[in-house]
Amino acid sequence: MAFELQFAPVLAQAPVLIDSFWLTVKLSVSAVCLGGSVGLLAAMTRSMLAPRHRWPIDLYVELIRNTPFLVQLYIIFFGLPVIGVLIPAEYAGLLAMVINLGAYTAEIFRAGIESIHRSQIEAGLSLSLTRRQVFQHIILKPAVAQVWPSLVSQFILIMLTSSVCSFISVEELSGGAAVIQSLTFRSFEVYIIASLLYLALALAFKIGLTALGHILFSRPRQGKRRRPTPPVGSQVQS
Amino acid sequence: MIRPFGFHEFMFLVESTRWTLVLTLAAMTAGGLLGLGIALARVARSRILRECTRSYIAVVQGIPVLMVLFLSYFGLAHAGLELPPIVAASIALSVYSSAYLGDIWRGAIQSVPRQQWEASASLALTRKQQYQHVILPQSIKIALPPTVGFLVQLVKNTSIVSIVSVVELTRAGQLMNNITFEPFRVFVAVALIYLAICYPLSRISRRLEEKFRVYRHS
Repeated sequence: MAFELQFAPVLAQAPVLIDSFWLTVKLSVSAVCLGGSVGLLAAMTRSMLAPRHRWPIDLYVELIRNTPFLVQLYIIFFGLPVIGVLIPAEYAGLLAMVINLGAYTAEIFRAGIESIHRSQIEAGLSLSLTRRQVFQHIILKPAVAQVWPSLVSQFILIMLTSSVCSFISVEELSGGAAVIQSLTFRSFEVYIIASLLYLALALAFKIGLTALGHILFSRPRQGKRRRPTPPVGSQVQS
Repeated sequence: MIRPFGFHEFMFLVESTRWTLVLTLAAMTAGGLLGLGIALARVARSRILRECTRSYIAVVQGIPVLMVLFLSYFGLAHAGLELPPIVAASIALSVYSSAYLGDIWRGAIQSVPRQQWEASASLALTRKQQYQHVILPQSIKIALPPTVGFLVQLVKNTSIVSIVSVVELTRAGQLMNNITFEPFRVFVAVALIYLAICYPLSRISRRLEEKFRVYRHS
Protein backbone atom coordinates (compact mmCIF):
# COMPACT_ATOMS: atom_id res chain seq x y z
CA MET A 1 0.00 0.00 0.00
CA ALA A 2 1.34 3.38 -0.97
CA PHE A 3 1.83 5.63 1.99
CA GLU A 4 0.03 8.95 1.89
CA LEU A 5 0.25 11.86 4.27
CA GLN A 6 -3.11 12.91 5.63
CA PHE A 7 -3.04 16.23 7.41
CA ALA A 8 -6.80 16.77 7.65
CA PRO A 9 -7.39 14.70 10.85
CA VAL A 10 -4.49 16.51 12.51
CA LEU A 11 -5.66 19.95 11.48
CA ALA A 12 -9.08 19.13 12.90
CA GLN A 13 -7.34 19.19 16.29
CA ALA A 14 -6.11 22.74 15.76
CA PRO A 15 -7.36 24.01 19.16
CA VAL A 16 -5.10 21.54 20.99
CA LEU A 17 -2.23 22.55 18.74
CA ILE A 18 -2.78 26.26 19.35
CA ASP A 19 -3.07 25.82 23.13
CA SER A 20 0.06 23.75 23.32
CA PHE A 21 1.97 26.12 21.05
CA TRP A 22 0.93 29.02 23.27
CA LEU A 23 2.17 27.15 26.36
CA THR A 24 5.54 26.62 24.67
CA VAL A 25 5.72 30.36 23.95
CA LYS A 26 4.80 31.23 27.53
CA LEU A 27 7.27 28.74 29.03
CA SER A 28 10.10 29.86 26.77
CA VAL A 29 9.59 33.58 27.24
CA SER A 30 9.33 33.22 31.03
CA ALA A 31 12.40 30.98 31.09
CA VAL A 32 14.37 33.45 28.98
CA CYS A 33 13.47 36.38 31.26
CA LEU A 34 14.01 34.55 34.55
CA GLY A 35 16.92 32.35 33.44
CA GLY A 36 18.65 35.27 31.78
CA SER A 37 18.37 37.24 35.02
CA VAL A 38 19.72 34.32 37.06
CA GLY A 39 22.67 34.04 34.67
CA LEU A 40 23.37 37.76 34.74
CA LEU A 41 23.15 37.85 38.52
CA ALA A 42 25.45 34.85 38.85
CA ALA A 43 28.02 36.33 36.47
CA MET A 44 27.89 39.75 38.16
CA THR A 45 28.24 38.23 41.62
CA ARG A 46 31.10 36.09 40.41
CA SER A 47 32.96 39.05 38.97
CA MET A 48 32.70 40.92 42.27
CA LEU A 49 33.87 38.04 44.45
CA ALA A 50 37.46 37.24 45.24
CA PRO A 51 38.64 34.26 43.15
CA ARG A 52 38.67 31.92 46.16
CA HIS A 53 35.00 32.66 46.87
CA ARG A 54 33.84 31.96 43.32
CA TRP A 55 33.59 28.20 43.65
CA PRO A 56 29.87 27.95 44.53
CA ILE A 57 28.93 29.71 41.28
CA ASP A 58 31.45 27.69 39.27
CA LEU A 59 30.08 24.52 40.82
CA TYR A 60 26.54 25.47 39.86
CA VAL A 61 27.57 26.22 36.28
CA GLU A 62 29.60 23.04 35.87
CA LEU A 63 27.02 20.76 37.48
CA ILE A 64 24.24 22.04 35.26
CA ARG A 65 26.25 22.19 32.06
CA ASN A 66 27.52 18.65 32.41
CA THR A 67 24.27 16.85 33.16
CA PRO A 68 21.28 16.35 30.85
CA PHE A 69 18.30 18.67 31.14
CA LEU A 70 16.03 15.65 31.38
CA VAL A 71 17.77 14.39 34.53
CA GLN A 72 17.61 17.86 36.07
CA LEU A 73 13.92 17.90 35.28
CA TYR A 74 13.41 14.51 36.89
CA ILE A 75 15.27 15.51 40.03
CA ILE A 76 13.04 18.56 40.38
CA PHE A 77 9.77 16.91 39.40
CA PHE A 78 10.15 13.60 41.25
CA GLY A 79 12.55 14.76 43.93
CA LEU A 80 10.77 17.83 45.28
CA PRO A 81 7.61 15.96 46.39
CA VAL A 82 9.84 13.68 48.47
CA ILE A 83 11.01 16.63 50.54
CA GLY A 84 7.42 17.83 50.78
CA VAL A 85 7.30 20.45 48.03
CA LEU A 86 4.46 19.84 45.61
CA ILE A 87 4.44 21.93 42.47
CA PRO A 88 2.49 21.46 39.22
CA ALA A 89 4.34 19.96 36.28
CA GLU A 90 4.36 23.26 34.35
CA TYR A 91 6.15 25.02 37.18
CA ALA A 92 8.58 22.15 37.67
CA GLY A 93 9.37 22.42 33.95
CA LEU A 94 9.80 26.17 34.15
CA LEU A 95 11.99 25.88 37.25
CA ALA A 96 14.23 23.35 35.50
CA MET A 97 14.46 25.58 32.43
CA VAL A 98 15.35 28.61 34.54
CA ILE A 99 18.05 26.73 36.46
CA ASN A 100 19.42 25.26 33.26
CA LEU A 101 19.43 28.50 31.28
CA GLY A 102 20.88 30.37 34.26
CA ALA A 103 24.01 28.23 34.20
CA TYR A 104 24.55 28.59 30.46
CA THR A 105 23.94 32.32 30.38
CA ALA A 106 26.14 32.82 33.46
CA GLU A 107 28.98 31.36 31.43
CA ILE A 108 28.17 33.58 28.44
CA PHE A 109 27.90 36.73 30.56
CA ARG A 110 31.17 35.82 32.28
CA ALA A 111 32.90 35.71 28.88
CA GLY A 112 31.40 39.12 28.11
CA ILE A 113 32.46 40.68 31.39
CA GLU A 114 35.97 39.26 31.07
CA SER A 115 36.28 40.69 27.58
CA ILE A 116 36.19 44.22 29.00
CA HIS A 117 39.75 45.41 29.32
CA ARG A 118 41.00 46.74 32.67
CA SER A 119 42.07 49.98 31.04
CA GLN A 120 38.44 50.71 30.20
CA ILE A 121 37.50 50.48 33.85
CA GLU A 122 40.46 52.58 34.92
CA ALA A 123 39.58 55.17 32.29
CA GLY A 124 36.04 55.27 33.62
CA LEU A 125 37.19 55.71 37.22
CA SER A 126 39.63 58.43 36.21
CA LEU A 127 36.68 60.31 34.72
CA SER A 128 35.30 60.24 38.27
CA LEU A 129 32.43 57.95 37.45
CA THR A 130 31.15 56.11 40.49
CA ARG A 131 31.78 52.37 40.71
CA ARG A 132 28.13 51.82 39.94
CA GLN A 133 28.28 53.97 36.85
CA VAL A 134 31.41 52.20 35.73
CA PHE A 135 29.76 48.85 36.15
CA GLN A 136 26.61 49.89 34.38
CA HIS A 137 27.99 51.80 31.41
CA ILE A 138 31.50 50.49 30.93
CA ILE A 139 31.24 46.87 31.95
CA LEU A 140 27.66 45.70 31.72
CA LYS A 141 26.33 47.24 28.54
CA PRO A 142 29.33 46.58 26.29
CA ALA A 143 29.70 43.10 27.80
CA VAL A 144 26.12 42.15 27.04
CA ALA A 145 26.34 43.76 23.60
CA GLN A 146 29.38 41.65 22.81
CA VAL A 147 27.83 38.33 23.76
CA TRP A 148 24.33 39.11 22.49
CA PRO A 149 24.57 36.72 19.49
CA SER A 150 25.59 33.85 21.81
CA LEU A 151 22.74 34.73 24.14
CA VAL A 152 20.27 34.66 21.27
CA SER A 153 21.33 31.15 20.25
CA GLN A 154 21.16 30.03 23.87
CA PHE A 155 17.64 31.44 24.21
CA ILE A 156 16.57 29.58 21.08
CA LEU A 157 18.10 26.39 22.47
CA ILE A 158 16.16 26.65 25.73
CA MET A 159 12.99 27.15 23.69
CA LEU A 160 13.77 23.93 21.83
CA THR A 161 14.64 22.23 25.11
CA SER A 162 11.21 23.07 26.48
CA SER A 163 10.01 20.13 24.36
CA VAL A 164 11.59 17.83 26.95
CA CYS A 165 9.02 19.07 29.50
CA SER A 166 6.51 16.82 27.73
CA PHE A 167 8.30 13.95 29.52
CA ILE A 168 6.64 15.03 32.77
CA SER A 169 3.27 15.45 31.04
CA VAL A 170 3.42 19.18 30.48
CA GLU A 171 1.20 19.79 27.47
CA GLU A 172 3.43 22.17 25.58
CA LEU A 173 3.89 21.75 21.85
CA SER A 174 5.45 18.27 22.00
CA GLY A 175 3.01 17.16 24.67
CA GLY A 176 0.10 18.50 22.65
CA ALA A 177 1.44 16.72 19.58
CA ALA A 178 1.52 13.47 21.56
CA VAL A 179 -2.10 14.00 22.60
CA ILE A 180 -3.19 14.57 19.00
CA GLN A 181 -1.15 11.56 17.95
CA SER A 182 -3.04 9.35 20.36
CA LEU A 183 -6.37 10.74 19.08
CA THR A 184 -5.72 10.52 15.35
CA PHE A 185 -2.91 7.97 14.98
CA ARG A 186 -1.39 10.21 12.30
CA SER A 187 1.91 10.34 14.15
CA PHE A 188 4.18 11.36 11.28
CA GLU A 189 1.89 14.19 10.18
CA VAL A 190 1.50 15.48 13.73
CA TYR A 191 5.22 15.68 14.28
CA ILE A 192 5.82 17.32 10.91
CA ILE A 193 3.40 20.09 11.88
CA ALA A 194 4.87 20.40 15.38
CA SER A 195 8.37 20.60 13.91
CA LEU A 196 7.29 23.34 11.51
CA LEU A 197 5.84 25.28 14.43
CA TYR A 198 9.09 24.93 16.37
CA LEU A 199 10.99 26.07 13.31
CA ALA A 200 8.75 29.12 12.94
CA LEU A 201 9.17 29.92 16.62
CA ALA A 202 12.95 29.56 16.42
CA LEU A 203 12.98 31.92 13.46
CA ALA A 204 10.74 34.40 15.26
CA PHE A 205 13.02 34.27 18.34
CA LYS A 206 16.07 34.83 16.18
CA ILE A 207 14.63 37.78 14.26
CA GLY A 208 12.98 39.35 17.30
CA LEU A 209 15.95 39.04 19.62
CA THR A 210 18.44 40.20 17.00
CA ALA A 211 16.27 43.26 16.40
CA LEU A 212 16.07 43.82 20.16
CA GLY A 213 19.86 43.68 20.31
CA HIS A 214 20.10 46.35 17.64
CA ILE A 215 17.70 48.59 19.53
CA LEU A 216 19.37 48.07 22.91
CA PHE A 217 22.98 48.26 21.89
CA SER A 218 23.16 50.37 18.78
CA ARG A 219 25.55 53.24 19.04
CA PRO A 220 27.94 54.78 16.60
CA ARG A 221 30.97 52.55 16.36
CA GLN A 222 34.41 53.28 15.14
CA GLY A 223 35.88 50.57 13.01
CA LYS A 224 34.86 46.99 13.11
CA ARG A 225 33.48 45.55 16.31
CA ARG A 226 35.63 42.89 17.80
CA ARG A 227 33.64 40.09 19.24
CA PRO A 228 34.97 36.94 20.87
CA THR A 229 33.19 34.08 19.17
CA PRO A 230 32.74 31.20 21.59
CA PRO A 231 32.91 27.84 19.80
CA VAL A 232 29.53 26.70 18.57
CA GLY A 233 29.69 23.33 20.24
CA SER A 234 30.56 24.48 23.71
CA GLN A 235 27.37 26.44 24.21
CA VAL A 236 24.71 24.34 22.62
CA GLN A 237 22.87 22.33 25.18
CA SER A 238 20.52 19.47 25.72
CA MET B 1 7.91 -5.10 47.39
CA ILE B 2 9.89 -1.90 47.47
CA ARG B 3 13.59 -2.39 47.06
CA PRO B 4 16.06 0.06 48.54
CA PHE B 5 18.43 1.86 46.17
CA GLY B 6 21.56 -0.07 46.95
CA PHE B 7 24.73 -1.29 45.29
CA HIS B 8 23.06 -3.65 42.81
CA GLU B 9 20.63 -0.98 41.72
CA PHE B 10 23.51 1.41 41.23
CA MET B 11 25.39 -1.19 39.20
CA PHE B 12 22.34 -1.53 36.96
CA LEU B 13 22.68 2.17 36.18
CA VAL B 14 26.36 1.78 35.46
CA GLU B 15 25.72 -1.15 33.15
CA SER B 16 23.03 0.73 31.27
CA THR B 17 25.53 3.50 30.68
CA ARG B 18 27.06 1.35 27.96
CA TRP B 19 24.01 2.04 25.76
CA THR B 20 24.47 5.74 26.34
CA LEU B 21 28.04 5.34 25.16
CA VAL B 22 27.06 3.12 22.21
CA LEU B 23 24.50 5.69 21.09
CA THR B 24 27.03 8.49 21.44
CA LEU B 25 29.60 6.57 19.46
CA ALA B 26 27.14 5.61 16.71
CA ALA B 27 25.85 9.17 16.39
CA MET B 28 29.36 10.57 16.44
CA THR B 29 30.55 8.21 13.71
CA ALA B 30 27.57 8.42 11.36
CA GLY B 31 26.90 12.05 12.20
CA GLY B 32 30.57 12.86 11.80
CA LEU B 33 30.77 11.35 8.31
CA LEU B 34 27.57 13.07 7.24
CA GLY B 35 28.69 16.27 8.97
CA LEU B 36 31.99 16.27 7.08
CA GLY B 37 30.09 15.97 3.80
CA ILE B 38 27.83 18.82 4.88
CA ALA B 39 30.75 21.01 5.94
CA LEU B 40 32.43 20.48 2.57
CA ALA B 41 29.16 21.09 0.72
CA ARG B 42 28.68 24.31 2.71
CA VAL B 43 31.90 25.71 1.26
CA ALA B 44 31.55 24.09 -2.16
CA ARG B 45 31.66 26.11 -5.36
CA SER B 46 28.17 25.01 -6.35
CA ARG B 47 25.62 27.50 -5.09
CA ILE B 48 22.82 24.93 -5.01
CA LEU B 49 24.87 22.62 -2.81
CA ARG B 50 25.69 25.48 -0.43
CA GLU B 51 22.09 26.62 -0.15
CA CYS B 52 20.70 23.10 0.31
CA THR B 53 23.07 22.27 3.15
CA ARG B 54 22.52 25.69 4.70
CA SER B 55 18.79 24.98 4.84
CA TYR B 56 19.42 21.49 6.20
CA ILE B 57 21.48 22.92 9.05
CA ALA B 58 18.92 25.66 9.74
CA VAL B 59 16.05 23.17 9.84
CA VAL B 60 17.73 20.58 12.06
CA GLN B 61 19.05 23.26 14.42
CA GLY B 62 15.62 24.89 14.50
CA ILE B 63 13.67 21.89 15.76
CA PRO B 64 14.13 20.04 19.06
CA VAL B 65 16.09 16.77 19.14
CA LEU B 66 12.89 15.21 20.42
CA MET B 67 11.15 16.11 17.16
CA VAL B 68 14.03 14.70 15.11
CA LEU B 69 13.68 11.52 17.13
CA PHE B 70 9.90 11.26 16.63
CA LEU B 71 10.14 12.11 12.95
CA SER B 72 12.67 9.39 12.31
CA TYR B 73 10.94 6.93 14.61
CA PHE B 74 7.43 7.38 13.21
CA GLY B 75 8.49 8.50 9.75
CA LEU B 76 10.54 5.38 9.13
CA ALA B 77 7.76 3.23 10.55
CA HIS B 78 5.24 4.80 8.20
CA ALA B 79 7.57 4.31 5.28
CA GLY B 80 7.41 0.61 6.07
CA LEU B 81 10.72 0.30 7.89
CA GLU B 82 10.05 -1.24 11.28
CA LEU B 83 13.38 -0.57 12.93
CA PRO B 84 14.27 -1.46 16.49
CA PRO B 85 14.16 1.64 18.73
CA ILE B 86 17.92 1.70 19.21
CA VAL B 87 18.48 1.97 15.44
CA ALA B 88 15.86 4.68 14.97
CA ALA B 89 17.40 6.51 17.94
CA SER B 90 20.88 6.26 16.44
CA ILE B 91 19.62 7.61 13.12
CA ALA B 92 17.91 10.54 14.84
CA LEU B 93 20.99 11.40 16.91
CA SER B 94 23.18 11.09 13.80
CA VAL B 95 20.99 13.55 11.91
CA TYR B 96 21.10 15.89 14.89
CA SER B 97 24.88 15.72 15.23
CA SER B 98 25.49 15.98 11.49
CA ALA B 99 23.85 19.42 11.44
CA TYR B 100 25.82 20.73 14.42
CA LEU B 101 29.12 19.15 13.41
CA GLY B 102 28.63 20.31 9.82
CA ASP B 103 28.21 23.85 11.09
CA ILE B 104 31.19 23.67 13.46
CA TRP B 105 33.45 22.26 10.77
CA ARG B 106 32.28 24.73 8.14
CA GLY B 107 33.40 27.46 10.52
CA ALA B 108 36.73 25.74 11.00
CA ILE B 109 37.31 25.38 7.26
CA GLN B 110 36.37 28.99 6.65
CA SER B 111 38.66 30.27 9.36
CA VAL B 112 41.70 29.00 7.48
CA PRO B 113 43.11 32.19 5.93
CA ARG B 114 42.31 32.85 2.26
CA GLN B 115 45.99 33.09 1.46
CA GLN B 116 46.36 29.39 2.19
CA TRP B 117 43.87 28.65 -0.58
CA GLU B 118 45.59 31.03 -2.95
CA ALA B 119 49.06 29.76 -2.18
CA SER B 120 48.09 26.14 -2.64
CA ALA B 121 46.21 26.95 -5.84
CA SER B 122 49.26 28.71 -7.19
CA LEU B 123 51.20 25.53 -6.53
CA ALA B 124 48.80 23.83 -8.96
CA LEU B 125 47.23 21.63 -6.34
CA THR B 126 43.82 20.28 -7.26
CA ARG B 127 40.90 21.09 -4.99
CA LYS B 128 41.13 17.64 -3.45
CA GLN B 129 44.85 18.07 -2.78
CA GLN B 130 44.23 21.50 -1.32
CA TYR B 131 41.79 20.04 1.16
CA GLN B 132 43.88 17.02 1.93
CA HIS B 133 47.27 18.63 2.42
CA VAL B 134 46.63 22.26 3.24
CA ILE B 135 43.15 23.14 4.47
CA LEU B 136 41.90 20.19 6.49
CA PRO B 137 45.08 19.66 8.56
CA GLN B 138 44.86 23.27 9.66
CA SER B 139 41.14 23.29 10.29
CA ILE B 140 41.29 20.17 12.45
CA LYS B 141 43.19 22.15 15.04
CA ILE B 142 40.54 24.85 15.05
CA ALA B 143 37.68 22.37 15.00
CA LEU B 144 38.86 20.07 17.77
CA PRO B 145 37.85 22.04 20.90
CA PRO B 146 34.27 22.78 19.77
CA THR B 147 33.91 19.23 18.50
CA VAL B 148 34.78 17.81 21.90
CA GLY B 149 32.43 20.40 23.37
CA PHE B 150 29.67 19.13 21.12
CA LEU B 151 30.39 15.59 22.24
CA VAL B 152 29.26 16.67 25.71
CA GLN B 153 25.98 17.91 24.25
CA LEU B 154 25.57 14.65 22.40
CA VAL B 155 26.11 12.52 25.51
CA LYS B 156 23.52 14.59 27.35
CA ASN B 157 21.03 14.45 24.49
CA THR B 158 21.12 10.67 24.36
CA SER B 159 18.95 10.92 27.51
CA ILE B 160 16.00 11.94 25.33
CA VAL B 161 16.10 8.56 23.62
CA SER B 162 14.68 7.07 26.83
CA ILE B 163 11.21 7.99 25.55
CA VAL B 164 11.33 5.29 22.84
CA SER B 165 12.22 2.80 25.59
CA VAL B 166 15.87 2.32 24.83
CA VAL B 167 17.25 1.36 28.23
CA GLU B 168 20.15 3.76 28.39
CA LEU B 169 21.23 5.57 31.54
CA THR B 170 18.20 7.84 31.99
CA ARG B 171 15.68 5.09 31.22
CA ALA B 172 17.51 2.83 33.66
CA GLY B 173 17.12 5.59 36.22
CA GLN B 174 13.38 5.71 35.59
CA LEU B 175 13.13 1.95 36.00
CA MET B 176 15.08 2.07 39.24
CA ASN B 177 12.89 4.90 40.47
CA ASN B 178 9.82 2.81 39.73
CA ILE B 179 10.97 -0.03 41.93
CA THR B 180 12.73 1.88 44.71
CA PHE B 181 10.61 5.06 45.01
CA GLU B 182 13.72 6.99 45.87
CA PRO B 183 13.75 9.54 43.06
CA PHE B 184 16.23 11.85 44.73
CA ARG B 185 18.95 9.28 45.22
CA VAL B 186 18.34 7.53 41.91
CA PHE B 187 18.39 10.61 39.70
CA VAL B 188 21.26 12.22 41.58
CA ALA B 189 23.19 9.00 40.95
CA VAL B 190 22.21 9.18 37.27
CA ALA B 191 23.32 12.81 37.14
CA LEU B 192 26.65 11.91 38.73
CA ILE B 193 27.31 9.23 36.12
CA TYR B 194 26.59 11.74 33.34
CA LEU B 195 28.85 14.19 35.14
CA ALA B 196 31.63 11.59 35.27
CA ILE B 197 31.44 11.27 31.48
CA CYS B 198 30.84 14.90 30.55
CA TYR B 199 33.01 16.84 32.97
CA PRO B 200 36.33 15.38 31.76
CA LEU B 201 35.26 16.04 28.17
CA SER B 202 34.39 19.63 29.03
CA ARG B 203 37.78 20.06 30.66
CA ILE B 204 39.57 18.59 27.66
CA SER B 205 37.64 20.89 25.34
CA ARG B 206 38.62 23.93 27.40
CA ARG B 207 42.26 22.85 27.65
CA LEU B 208 42.48 22.33 23.89
CA GLU B 209 40.95 25.71 23.29
CA GLU B 210 43.49 27.44 25.51
CA LYS B 211 46.34 25.49 23.98
CA PHE B 212 45.45 26.34 20.40
CA ARG B 213 44.74 29.95 21.27
CA VAL B 214 48.29 30.27 22.53
CA TYR B 215 49.61 28.73 19.30
CA ARG B 216 47.71 31.10 17.11
CA HIS B 217 48.92 34.16 18.96
CA SER B 218 52.56 33.26 18.88
